[in-house]
Formats: sequence, C-alpha cells, structure tokens
Amino acid sequence: MKCSDFLQELTNYLDGVLDETTKTELENHLSWCHNCYVVCDTTKKTIQIYRDSLPYELPDDLRTRLRSAIMSKCQQQKKRGPQSV
Amino acid sequence: MSAIENKLVGPVSEELALVQAAKRGDDSAFEELVRRYDRNVFRIAQHITQNREDAEDVVQEAFLKAYGNLAQFQEQSKFYTWLVRIAVNEALMKLRRRRPERTVSLDEEIKTEDDSLPREIADWSPNPEQQYNQSELREILSKTIQGLPPGFRTVFVLRDVEGLSTEETAAALELSVPAVKSRLLRARLQLRERLGRYFQKRDSEDGNKRESGDGNQ
Repeated sequence: MKCSDFLQELTNYLDGVLDETTKTELENHLSWCHNCYVVCDTTKKTIQIYRDSLPYELPDDLRTRLRSAIMSKCQQQKKRGPQSV
Repeated sequence: MSAIENKLVGPVSEELALVQAAKRGDDSAFEELVRRYDRNVFRIAQHITQNREDAEDVVQEAFLKAYGNLAQFQEQSKFYTWLVRIAVNEALMKLRRRRPERTVSLDEEIKTEDDSLPREIADWSPNPEQQYNQSELREILSKTIQGLPPGFRTVFVLRDVEGLSTEETAAALELSVPAVKSRLLRARLQLRERLGRYFQKRDSEDGNKRESGDGNQ
C-alpha cells in the first residue's frame, strides 16, 4: 500500500468499515510509514477533541424560552392552516 | 415481509410513535420531539452559522417548518434526519443572507489541486488539548472549524460531532455517500492540519512550557 492509498482509505479505517484484507494492509503500512502513522493518529485526535468539546450547549433558560416560542407559533400556524416548506 | 416492516426498537419506535401522535394533532407529542432534539439542532445551527442569534432563529424556524409539514413526512426515514435536513437548509439560508458576497452551497466544487494531501506532518504533543484551558480550547476549536468551507464543515459536524451515520448524513444533506465520504476526509484532514498549529510538539518541548508568541493565547 502506498501513502496515497492509505489516504484514500483513512476515513473508512477511522470509521471502522474497512474489510479485513485492506485493514491489514493499511495497518502494515502504518507500522513502517511514520508520516502516515502521524496523520492517522492526529486525525483521530482531531475528531475526538471536537467530539468531546461540545462547545455550543443550549442554556436551560434559553431552551425553555425557545420551546415556548416554538409551541406558541405552532398554535398560531395551526389556526392559520398548513403552509408549504 | 415487506421492506417497510423494519424492526423498530427503542428510541426509533418511540420517536415514530411521537411523530404519529403529533400528526394526529397531539401538540404535547410534538413538544416532546422539540425537547428531544432542540439541543442537537442548536449545535448544528451554531456550527454552520457561527452566530448564536442565527442559531436560535434556526431552531425556531426548523421546528416550525417541521410542524407545518409533518403530514408530508413519509416515515421511511428517521424524523431526526428529516429535521436535520430542514435545519441545515435554514442555517445555510441564514449564512447566505449574512454573507451574500460568498457562495454558500453544499455542492461547491472541490478544488482540483490535491489539497487533501497533508503538507505538514509533525506529531502532536501527548494530550495536546490539556495545554490550554477550557475557554482557550473552545476558541481554538471554533476558530479552526470556521475556516472550513460550509460544505465541509456541515458534513464534519453531522458525521463526527453529532454522530450521524454516513448514510444519514447523506440523506440529511441530499448528497451521495461517496460525496459525504470525500468531504469528510477533506474536512478531517484540513482540521487536523489547522489544529496542528496549536497542538504540534515543539522542538524544545519539555511537557509543560509553550513557546511565547505562538498561537496567540
């Protein structure tokens, strides 16, 4: 496996959807190609850091306010009849 | 057994029951759907628009549109995927209004030059995120993801942050599965490269000192 092949398969590898043969070839490549190993490892960390960060949480008070606004607009919409998207 | 008779278990069948009740006019069932997904819709909207007020509007508009068009929802896909599609469209519309000078599209052409090949391949420090405090890290992550084109950012957020499957992401964005995979690879690699500016192992690294003047904060 060449470095460019590794890159093509990287997303499938990280998502755990590679077939066994390709997975073995890729891991074999990673065992001797330091650059690809680093790319694989730091890409994995990138995903993990974003997944763990949850930067945009909805505060409870805003959440309640939004929900009641949504429900009251829904009621108004119901009275007016259906609309198109 | 027909293809439609999928075995629905747990949350999905609960979701379907709520959708069916809401279709019959039970507003408390719809409210439960709002409660179930408002946080996700808000996060997705804020990631796409990068603006909190816009994200609040998107949450309201997306649920309102879902409510108004519930009768058209076919129940062959998950309600959540359908809702995400509406929310993404609303968020992209906001972005277009805010940045009319820039094209905002999920179908934007991918650059022909091979920009997915990593240019910098430097290793990161162990636990690089621990070099920064929470607000510094948040700032870095937000600045970094903002630099991605919206089409890449959206795929990354749905797939890697919100945990939708590749197929669900494709359905929500009306893209093909190969298009989702290609955008996801590029998004992941671009983010990796940009984060590397903050997380790279320094030459002089001793595990607790950062060079001054790099990364700003």
